[in-house]
Amino acid sequence: MRKIPAPQALPESLPFWQAADQGRLLLKKCNACGRVHHYPRDICPFCLAEDTAWVDATGTGSVYSFSTMGKGEDAYTLAFVTLAEGVTVMSNLVDCDPARVAIGAAVRVVFKPSHSGHAVPMFTPVEAQE
Amino acid sequence: MSLNGKACIVGAYEHPTRLAENRSVLRLHADVAKGALADAGLAKDDIDGYFCAGDAPGLGTATVAEYLGLKLRHLDSTECGGSAPILHVAHAAEAIAAGRCNIALITLAGRPRAALAEAQARAAAAAADGRPAKAPLALKAPDPDAPELAFELPYGPATQNLYAMVAKRHMHEFGTTSEQLAWIKVAASQHAQHNPHALLRKPVTVEEVLASPLVSDPLRRLDCCVMSDGGGALIVTRPEIARELKRPQIVVRGTGEAQKHGMGGQVDLTYSAAAWSGPRAFAEAGITPADIQYASLYDSFTITVLMQLEDLGFCRKGEGGRFVADGNLISGQGRLPFNTDGGGLCSNHPANRGGVTKVIEAVRQLRGEAHPAVQVPGCAWALASGIGGALASRHTAATLILERL
Ligand SMILES: [Zn+2]
Repeated sequence: MRKIPAPQALPESLPFWQAADQGRLLLKKCNACGRVHHYPRDICPFCLAEDTAWVDATGTGSVYSFSTMGKGEDAYTLAFVTLAEGVTVMSNLVDCDPARVAIGAAVRVVFKPSHSGHAVPMFTPVEAQE
Repeated sequence: MSLNGKACIVGAYEHPTRLAENRSVLRLHADVAKGALADAGLAKDDIDGYFCAGDAPGLGTATVAEYLGLKLRHLDSTECGGSAPILHVAHAAEAIAAGRCNIALITLAGRPRAALAEAQARAAAAAADGRPAKAPLALKAPDPDAPELAFELPYGPATQNLYAMVAKRHMHEFGTTSEQLAWIKVAASQHAQHNPHALLRKPVTVEEVLASPLVSDPLRRLDCCVMSDGGGALIVTRPEIARELKRPQIVVRGTGEAQKHGMGGQVDLTYSAAAWSGPRAFAEAGITPADIQYASLYDSFTITVLMQLEDLGFCRKGEGGRFVADGNLISGQGRLPFNTDGGGLCSNHPANRGGVTKVIEAVRQLRGEAHPAVQVPGCAWALASGIGGALASRHTAATLILERL
């Protein structure tokens, strides 16, 4: 299994990682322009307002693109997932056979422990749960 | 200020090595600088402007200037990855037009292939002694002050899988196929057979590309560029000085630069920053893509070429696959000869960034100095395009349009 490198959390994104440890996916929303952004930051990248707040994401979305690299136990799948809130985030597709995943597949968030660090949000196809 | 006609490229030199054993990165920069000076018929002390990017060691401009004994009045170490030397030509033209320098030197060089071999040898020696072997691959430690990395590095982004996600999305949206992408490698390999320095000189077929091992789905080994050492240099000067030198006049007609990034999560992998740099360059040059007779297109991967063809306007968005099929990029056969030296896909990709070789082959074509088997007859207009960084994440694009007078 590939070791998941621990995220180097900066103070302004620490709440994201603390929430991930509790199994919650947070996003940043700007109170000035109303838009959600990712990665989270203190200042809104759309309007530069400093009035940004954490919101709970639904944790559901769809696969925008993905690619599997590596062989056997070391294989992993990098992906972009478009969340219900409208932002597309980099992640991994996990707990599934990526050869059976297609762009557009519905996914939901799962949290995986990193190597001696915060938990990391990843995504799994919704169908794989049935 | 338009840069059209404000500067000329009068010197170009590509390092012949592909494996720089026992030769430092700085020595490689010096080799190519000397080569470009000799090509232009100029002396070291003629240089008063110098341009380099992140591949130069130490303090960049200052470190290289010390090694070569340069006395500069204009320095620029704009770092934007593989597109840097293409953008440096524009910045040199700007500096020349502003009267800040007369003769500008641009260098790019590196030895990642030799460095990897050395690291692997050290790891093997350590393992034989029973000492823990360090992984040799990491090029640079992640910057703890770059806030985006926490949201990327845990997921294992590499150059290969970032470009692969672009290819997969392109296939999904536009029906592009692996066969079509393979044609880009086929064209490069048809050209590389005539380049004695190229790492991969054997022409390949579409079937051979498709049979090569999967690197990152859907990209295969032959969709990727080579890993090589080497480098190149350019000399840019004002037209009055260029006219006195005994070289064909290669005039800067159009330039464009742009960048694209994660845009707060508004990710769209169907276009690159070349969609902005290209139109700027064509507007400045006052021509259209139909006027271009030869194109040097950054070819870290086959998909990189396809994206630039669309974004620069050589075909409509989504039609790149059809454009490259059936040898349309092969010199003497297709409508748009590209990378006639074999490019990064077959010849070299020095310092893991190939921008300078794109300009060098464009200059060769315009001078009529490309290999006779791939020379475009009467080539008067050429384009060089570069992508720095990674297409699926933050990257830069630089476009340069050149004319032979
Ligand atoms: Zn805002």
